[in-house]
Amino acid sequence: MIPPGATAIVGAAESTEIGTVPNVSSVGLAIDAAANAMRDAGVTAADIDGFTCGYFPVADMSRQLGIFPSWADNTVVGGCSWMFQLRNAVAAIHSGYCTTVLIVYGESGKSTRRLGQSGDAGQRGGIGQQFDMLYSGGQAAATFTLPVLRYQREYGLSDEDLAVGAVSQRAWAVDVPRATLREPTSVDEVLDSPMIAWPIRRAMCCLVSDAGGALVVTSADRAMDHPKPPVYVLGTGGALESGVMSAAGVREPLRPEFIRTSGDAAFASSGITHSDVDHLMIYDAFIHNPIFGLEGLGFVEYGEGGHFIAEGHTAPGGDLPMNTSGGGLSYAHTGAYGMLCMLESVRQVRGEAANQVSDVDVALCHGWGGYWSACATLVFGAHAQ
Amino acid sequence: MPHPLIPVPTPETQPFWDGCNEGVLRINRCVACGDAYFPPSPICPQCSSSDVEFFDATGDATLYSYTIQQKPLDLWDTQGPRSVALVKLAEGPMLTSSIVNCEQTPETLLLDMALRATFVNFGGTTVLCFEPVEEQQ
Repeated sequence: MIPPGATAIVGAAESTEIGTVPNVSSVGLAIDAAANAMRDAGVTAADIDGFTCGYFPVADMSRQLGIFPSWADNTVVGGCSWMFQLRNAVAAIHSGYCTTVLIVYGESGKSTRRLGQSGDAGQRGGIGQQFDMLYSGGQAAATFTLPVLRYQREYGLSDEDLAVGAVSQRAWAVDVPRATLREPTSVDEVLDSPMIAWPIRRAMCCLVSDAGGALVVTSADRAMDHPKPPVYVLGTGGALESGVMSAAGVREPLRPEFIRTSGDAAFASSGITHSDVDHLMIYDAFIHNPIFGLEGLGFVEYGEGGHFIAEGHTAPGGDLPMNTSGGGLSYAHTGAYGMLCMLESVRQVRGEAANQVSDVDVALCHGWGGYWSACATLVFGAHAQ
Repeated sequence: MPHPLIPVPTPETQPFWDGCNEGVLRINRCVACGDAYFPPSPICPQCSSSDVEFFDATGDATLYSYTIQQKPLDLWDTQGPRSVALVKLAEGPMLTSSIVNCEQTPETLLLDMALRATFVNFGGTTVLCFEPVEEQQ
């Protein structure tokens, strides 16, 4: 087992602009974010010996940045790929394969429709292409959300209670200057928004944005040599399950085992308990994702997640601040939100978030990839423990 | 170039698609452990045996959950809102499909309702869908 705090994030940044960024490709957003993260860490390309970027040919990107790595990864499992890559980077640094890793992400999800990047789903002849995507036309809002109705009926979650999740996250976004949607909203407004795939309405779906992000990770013994306070990686987890856009490949759709597997690994490797978590991020591509995350990670029992959010526990003023940037629903969502999700956790641990939660010692970040195909869980800390 | 969402069979999945053309739901079963599974694969996901076979399933199923997509692909013969469903086969496997030959409304599409396999044209390819059992009586 890798000791908690063996590695730390010493550089972290988004692309200079996010939201709608015309005339910049996915490549351009990634390079901009990489440059910002290296400056944030006080390093140059010569200091980086490990590299991973996911949606681009890895050597194309490292060469453009002037990085000549001795370790590379490029795991692609969908939106949480960069969270898996961080987990792999922690292991690589701890095992001595490299000392300092740059993790790079960029996605022009809105303006150039992903110009310059490769995808992660739907290859001709693939299982998803043959047996899943045709039914939804590849529309995530109709497929990723398939368990929602069953959940509502099984656990008595009304449409009104479901809608609170979007209202809570907007309430956070109101005070976030870089958030795309900052006007307060209401349950009525959410339920009056256009129907996309009953029972899912537009305000229950994430944004479509342009953004990049990058992280610089190094060993704990080097972490104090950089300008910003280190954000230690205390523990990590990851798991795969469905393989298709819907939950058809999830063995128990209302109790997905991959979430529990990933969360258990993150708690065990970090040594923390749920009550240690000061700040929580759960990747919200759609309104139900945080419900399933809260339950699968064990913050609440199965069937309680929807009501927990409806009662305001995760909203401003609640006892478990979650998705404090406004999340994928209100802050930004490019297509793969995992990097942006981690960056809010990093800001919170550093004490530089727009909605700064007081005294964040431990922050937990959970993300999804390939719809219900993958998830990763990371525990960050202000102290190495 | 066909639409990218028109299914492209592989040699490993061809028997399923042949079944669709014959009006039969043909899925895999493991000879070693007896587990029926979907999607098609040359290895049993339950016990890892390679001793697997295709068989003709009953086509009986129930509706586990669904959404109603407001703007479906125009590759379907019918237009307008369309269900995207998680369907549980009588033999055990869950799969993604669409419920057809009935109104696409929450009032008509009831969780746990009995379904049976039916086959529908999707951009020139015959694909698996399901219909309520009552509609046939």
